Amino acid sequence: MPISTIFRPFRHSDAERSDRTAGDRLRHRQKIRESIRENIADIIAEESIIGKSRDRVIKVPIRGIREYRFVYGDNTPGVGQGDGGSQPGQVVGKAKGEGQAEGADKAGDRAGVDYYETDVTLEELIDIMFEDLDLPDLERKALRQIEALRMTKRRGYRTVGIRVRLDKHRTVKSRVKRKLAAQRREARGAADARSDESVDPVAAALQELDEQRLDNDGGAQRGDAIEKRFPFHVDDLVYRHITTDVRRESNAVVMCIMDTSGSMDTMKKYLARSFFFLLYQFIATKYRSVEIVFISHHTEAHEVTEEEFFHKGESGGTFISSGYQKALEIIAERYHPSLWNIYAFHCSDGDNFDSDNSTALKAASELANVCNLFGYGEIKPLGSRYYESSMLNIFRRLDADNFQTVLIERKEDIWPSFKAFLAKERVQD
Amino acid sequence: MANWDLSDLEYWDAKIREQAEALGLDCYPQEFEVCNHTDMLAYMAYSGIPSHYPHWSYGKSFEKLKTLYEYGVSGLPYEMVINSNPALAYLMRDNSLCLQILTIAHVYGHNDFFKNNFTFKTTRAEFTLGTFRAHAERVRGYTEDPSIGVDRVESILDAAHALSLQRRRNLAIRKLTPEEERERMLQAAEPAPDPFQRLHRRSEYVQPDLQKLPLNPEEDLLLFIGDHNPYLANWERDLLTIVDDEARYFIPQIETKIMNEGWASWVHREILNAIELPQELHLEFLVRHNQVVRPAPGGLNPYHVGLRLWTDLKRRFDEPTAEEVEEYGAPNMTGMQKLLDARATDRDISFLRRYLGETLMRDLDLFEYEPKGEDLVISKVSDKQGWRDVKEQLLRNVGMAGVPVIRIPPPSPRPSTKLAYGIAPVNYDRMRSKGKAWTAPLRRKTLQRLRRGVARRGSGGLSAPDVRKRVRVRTTGAERPPDPLRAAPRRRCDLSVLAAKRRGPRLSLLSAYGRS
Repeated sequence: MPISTIFRPFRHSDAERSDRTAGDRLRHRQKIRESIRENIADIIAEESIIGKSRDRVIKVPIRGIREYRFVYGDNTPGVGQGDGGSQPGQVVGKAKGEGQAEGADKAGDRAGVDYYETDVTLEELIDIMFEDLDLPDLERKALRQIEALRMTKRRGYRTVGIRVRLDKHRTVKSRVKRKLAAQRREARGAADARSDESVDPVAAALQELDEQRLDNDGGAQRGDAIEKRFPFHVDDLVYRHITTDVRRESNAVVMCIMDTSGSMDTMKKYLARSFFFLLYQFIATKYRSVEIVFISHHTEAHEVTEEEFFHKGESGGTFISSGYQKALEIIAERYHPSLWNIYAFHCSDGDNFDSDNSTALKAASELANVCNLFGYGEIKPLGSRYYESSMLNIFRRLDADNFQTVLIERKEDIWPSFKAFLAKERVQD
Repeated sequence: MANWDLSDLEYWDAKIREQAEALGLDCYPQEFEVCNHTDMLAYMAYSGIPSHYPHWSYGKSFEKLKTLYEYGVSGLPYEMVINSNPALAYLMRDNSLCLQILTIAHVYGHNDFFKNNFTFKTTRAEFTLGTFRAHAERVRGYTEDPSIGVDRVESILDAAHALSLQRRRNLAIRKLTPEEERERMLQAAEPAPDPFQRLHRRSEYVQPDLQKLPLNPEEDLLLFIGDHNPYLANWERDLLTIVDDEARYFIPQIETKIMNEGWASWVHREILNAIELPQELHLEFLVRHNQVVRPAPGGLNPYHVGLRLWTDLKRRFDEPTAEEVEEYGAPNMTGMQKLLDARATDRDISFLRRYLGETLMRDLDLFEYEPKGEDLVISKVSDKQGWRDVKEQLLRNVGMAGVPVIRIPPPSPRPSTKLAYGIAPVNYDRMRSKGKAWTAPLRRKTLQRLRRGVARRGSGGLSAPDVRKRVRVRTTGAERPPDPLRAAPRRRCDLSVLAAKRRGPRLSLLSAYGRS
């Protein structure tokens, strides 16, 4: 039997119009994003993101969006093809991941076997992380300065705009109007042609039009009088017009106070800096003009630059009060509590010089009085809790609603403690 | 830009068809569609189907293909053809004229194979496109239904995709209807006529239990779950059917990969050699052809192995060697007749078993490898002693043989137990541990996942408070072949895995049941 064949040429219009994978790709990305959000604590613990530039690409393991199937294990033999002269005992490749699981902790050369990874820029990651966090209890203060952009103001309608703002209702209405006008014009044209007849031509034509319309209504059953197509025209399109509305919110300042004494070893400093780095990124991402003050202290406190704060190491004893005093000084000098929302965060290992404890407590309660939120993170890498003194016990005496303490023992604790400070709906006790 | 237009294609196509008919090919009507590379990527993501139901995994595979393509890691296939009547094939706009000619010839090979090979007889090619479109519409409908929504549809699809290949493979064997099954059970229970009745004690008639579900071990997991889980909503059952339908459509292609690609390659080679291409096209053809059918050292290129097999088979009937005549007798048909015969009646396993001989295996330099420590090491080569073992191993890996068989055995009798089968996505990665029993946390995590999968079916009622659910996971392997003498644990229904022949495969079984 002869074969019959048809060739269909390439049609540009088809190719441009249809992006059939768009929906599924979007859904896939959403799943990746969800998965990242679920694993942020691990990612932050695994990746050293401190001080990295925002467009750095980091690899993020994705869990939970793999497709699963029953398969035989990798330990089953297979059949391959050689290039001639294969001999028993010859090595032809690497076993996949599994072979190395036994005992050895070595990283496999095939990272993709157990993990499915995706590249995310730090910026994206930070966006996902901070999606539902906010500086808590931001109050309205005089002399507002923070700009908060809101895109909500609706300002009438326009004939140009982007697709998502198309006002379908109005568009349809204007098409209907134009259609009626066109029909009327047609009718009038027909009437002019018959103007010699004695009956009122316009009325007759209109009547005819009405009949025609009735015909069309009934045409659905008969199927012969199909209405002539009357497509949308560019002029019909109506778009909602939206203007940006700049609103000012209250002033805010964030005080980062970090212990840099000798007892803060590398691990502790790393944890503290990770915490502050997150805080810094958070503020830089979410707020346009929040001021940040960096204070590092040992027995004395200094206001330092961001660079110094994150990278400089110091040593010496610990007077926690000195850091608080410095913060209070700065607040008195530059940020009057009636004009500013003040947030203070302090990270220390809590290994304070004993005689300083009462002073520190006093300073802390003063600080809590002027701040919207005062957070104290105590950094005790696992084990060290048992032989080092802790400020947590002392701060327990401090009775202020806006004072919070957390204990950071491991890298994994950074993100939860960070969230505990900033979660939108804080539990009010 | 391409150096051809449609009239060129039509000119060469006429010549190709002439040759195809001369070879004796019997094709469906053929449609070629010219598309660009984005379309091609999209067709690849959806296995060539023009209208396919949405699922995030296709988005994922598109992204992956696109990335690989854009970084130049992998190229695009020259051709893509789907098993439908009329057969639908895509030609990529940017390919050269020679490639298009090669592709067209190749497509007729596939087309002929789809139409004639017995494994494809059940795919109902004339309904392919319509069926897929109907599936797509139904899935979209469920997604848009405000009482269902995309999340719940996805959760069922995710789970169903994981089990989709767990179904009967040999579609040429008709599945018994439940009535026929019962009939057979009754027949089998009748005592066999005994010519020595006086000597033997009279065998007792045991009433077979026809209430068991399933009566016989069941391989169609999705259909079974869809039919017998009373807690599934209708739309959930429908999704299971849709996924099963698709698997049924694609299984013949999995089962005949080597034959099909080999056949198409053989056909395009014969045709292009016969149509007298101008020299520059012919040289390009030689280059492209060899790129496609070259061997892949360490792996197995189905185009290469298939082409060699078909070529060798033809030679054996046209110009047999003296030894072959001695061993098999003089050929009773021409090579071409034999080829047409084999392409209709074989699938990969039978084809390789029948026509892959020692000489050809040695020519192909096939070997068997095993993982040893971190390396894959050759354990046997195709020499006098080893070739049979290598061949056996190859047969164990081709087609659907690479997919574990999972069956639901009939439950041990316990009339008060109601069974409900749920489905759950299985995190197989976590299950694969080193041949030993899993460590406790691994087991816990896997079970959590399974339970979650079952519990998610809450919509269908599985999480109703009066239903107690239990998910049971067990692995078996050759080290511990399933013991036929030991009774199955009571009040449980397992999906057992038939894998005793393989060396140490790690398999997981699952069953979920609720009792009210």
